Amino acid sequence: MIKYFKNISNSVLSILEGMAVTLSWIFRRPYTVQWPDKIEKHIEDTLPERYRGLLEVETRLCIGCMACMRECPIGVIAVTVERNAETKERLITQFDIDASKCMACGLCVEACPTGGLRHTTQFAAADGDIRNLVLRYVEKGSPVAPHSPKAPAPVVRPRGSIVSAKIKNGFSVRPAAKVSEKP
Amino acid sequence: MWPLAKYVLENYLPRASNTTAQAMVYLLFALVGAAILLGFASAFAGVSSFVERRVAARMMSRVGPNRVGPQGLFQFMADGLKLVLKEDLVPAGANRLLFRLAPYFVFAGMFGTFVALPFSARLVAANLDVGILYILSITALVVVGIILGGWSSNSKWSLFGGLRSAAQIISYEIPAGLAVLVVVLHAGGLSTQAIIEAQGGMPWNWFVFYSPFSLIVFPVYFTAALAEGNRTPFDLPEAESELVAGYSTEYSGFRFVVFFFAEWANLWIMSAIAVLCFFGGWRIPFVTVAETYSAWYWILLGLAIFSLKTLTLVFLVIQLRWTLPRLRVDQMMNMCWKYLIPIAFVCILGTMTWIVFVGQDTTLGRATRIVLFAAGAGIVVRQLVRTSFNYRADRANYRKMTGQPLWYPPFRLP
Repeated sequence: MIKYFKNISNSVLSILEGMAVTLSWIFRRPYTVQWPDKIEKHIEDTLPERYRGLLEVETRLCIGCMACMRECPIGVIAVTVERNAETKERLITQFDIDASKCMACGLCVEACPTGGLRHTTQFAAADGDIRNLVLRYVEKGSPVAPHSPKAPAPVVRPRGSIVSAKIKNGFSVRPAAKVSEKP
Repeated sequence: MWPLAKYVLENYLPRASNTTAQAMVYLLFALVGAAILLGFASAFAGVSSFVERRVAARMMSRVGPNRVGPQGLFQFMADGLKLVLKEDLVPAGANRLLFRLAPYFVFAGMFGTFVALPFSARLVAANLDVGILYILSITALVVVGIILGGWSSNSKWSLFGGLRSAAQIISYEIPAGLAVLVVVLHAGGLSTQAIIEAQGGMPWNWFVFYSPFSLIVFPVYFTAALAEGNRTPFDLPEAESELVAGYSTEYSGFRFVVFFFAEWANLWIMSAIAVLCFFGGWRIPFVTVAETYSAWYWILLGLAIFSLKTLTLVFLVIQLRWTLPRLRVDQMMNMCWKYLIPIAFVCILGTMTWIVFVGQDTTLGRATRIVLFAAGAGIVVRQLVRTSFNYRADRANYRKMTGQPLWYPPFRLP
């Protein structure tokens, strides 16, 4: 019988106490960050240094060792290094990173001996066409000579500037590029 | 509405003496009244759904809908429009007739209560002599609709939801009815207006403070009304995490809107019944009933007072929903049969004894009212103090960690 009344008083008191807690939250500032538009600073500028966003390659630092490609567990990175038959010069002709597949594990960044491959704070990778998500750091037809360790240190572009130039204002969700019916 | 129709007939249409013409006038007035009430119910349902989402968001430290219209005010219109435009599906194997009929039972059960629900002096669709009894009985139509919807959907989730809802609503109608009976004993009448007129304008003349038993029976009524309206913590029939959406699982498009329209409008109904039974309804302090009936400005003031009290209770219901976890089925049944019903019975007997031995206008009766009012005010003050304590507990830390003040007005949105 005592337990009966104790149950009642316990439930009433705990309900009242709970309501006092929830009511106090009405007056508190919400934590929500209203990305992408209703924020004061670009969210990319406020993310921490070691944030693992989209990968970018500073081609001026790349020595074409392909360590990143070998390290990647899911084959996100595709690097091709060709040797010019006449001048015997090595040239990087392809450096593609498929942002749609990358799981941001960071193994490739750890493998990179020069620090040319790095994570950025850019993360907004969404597009109407998945093929647009392949980031091509070496344009077709304009191969890049790999960095030579003996050469003086090149001017390194700031982290994130390469990938943001590549994706302009972030990937826009635009309708998929027209695909021809017959290949 | 009827007195108004009669007044118009007698003074402006003296030649409409045959019964057909009179019936037409009455029908016209009934339709106009129904249209006004439907407009009010839908507007309230829409706006309250928006308010609930915003309140819920702030309680979870979120922002809530803020994209459609100023401060997201038109979110409910966008939602409604989206739902109306959706495909109206009837699942294979469903009983097509009953499936289509069920939402309208729910709607009729909800909307029927508005007939006897007063808004102010004179502002009532029909001042029925058995008003409160009518309200209690017409809401039983809701359970018919819910069982029909649950059974005819040909889905396990729907059937479970419908049966749970039937068990719940039928069980909780008992404490709700018994609690209202306490008020009827005090008021000496079943008409909704008579119940309000028997109370006073000042808080200690409200029925909730009339005797210790009515103060106890108000939470009983409130809990039972929550359960009847399928609100959390009693939303077992549509328990999202276990039953998908309960009886409305298979519904889409407009029929789904009707279910939810009924649920939101029911917020007003349960709060308005609580206000008219326990919190003095539209009574204005220092103004007698006869005076309130005599002038339009008193009627409007009464409307404002009634709405204010009701909206406060609506907010309380919303807050409860985001405070308490859902009960289990056995806990829900325990609570009804082992706690609410015995308490309600004790309160009825106690009220009878109280009326016979103490009375309402004796010195002891008046003193009790003042004491109980002080106790009620004490509970409210304690809540506010606790709220402010909880708020203060985190204020300094928040400022230290984020550099921003913790205060953010509840009505504003980022």
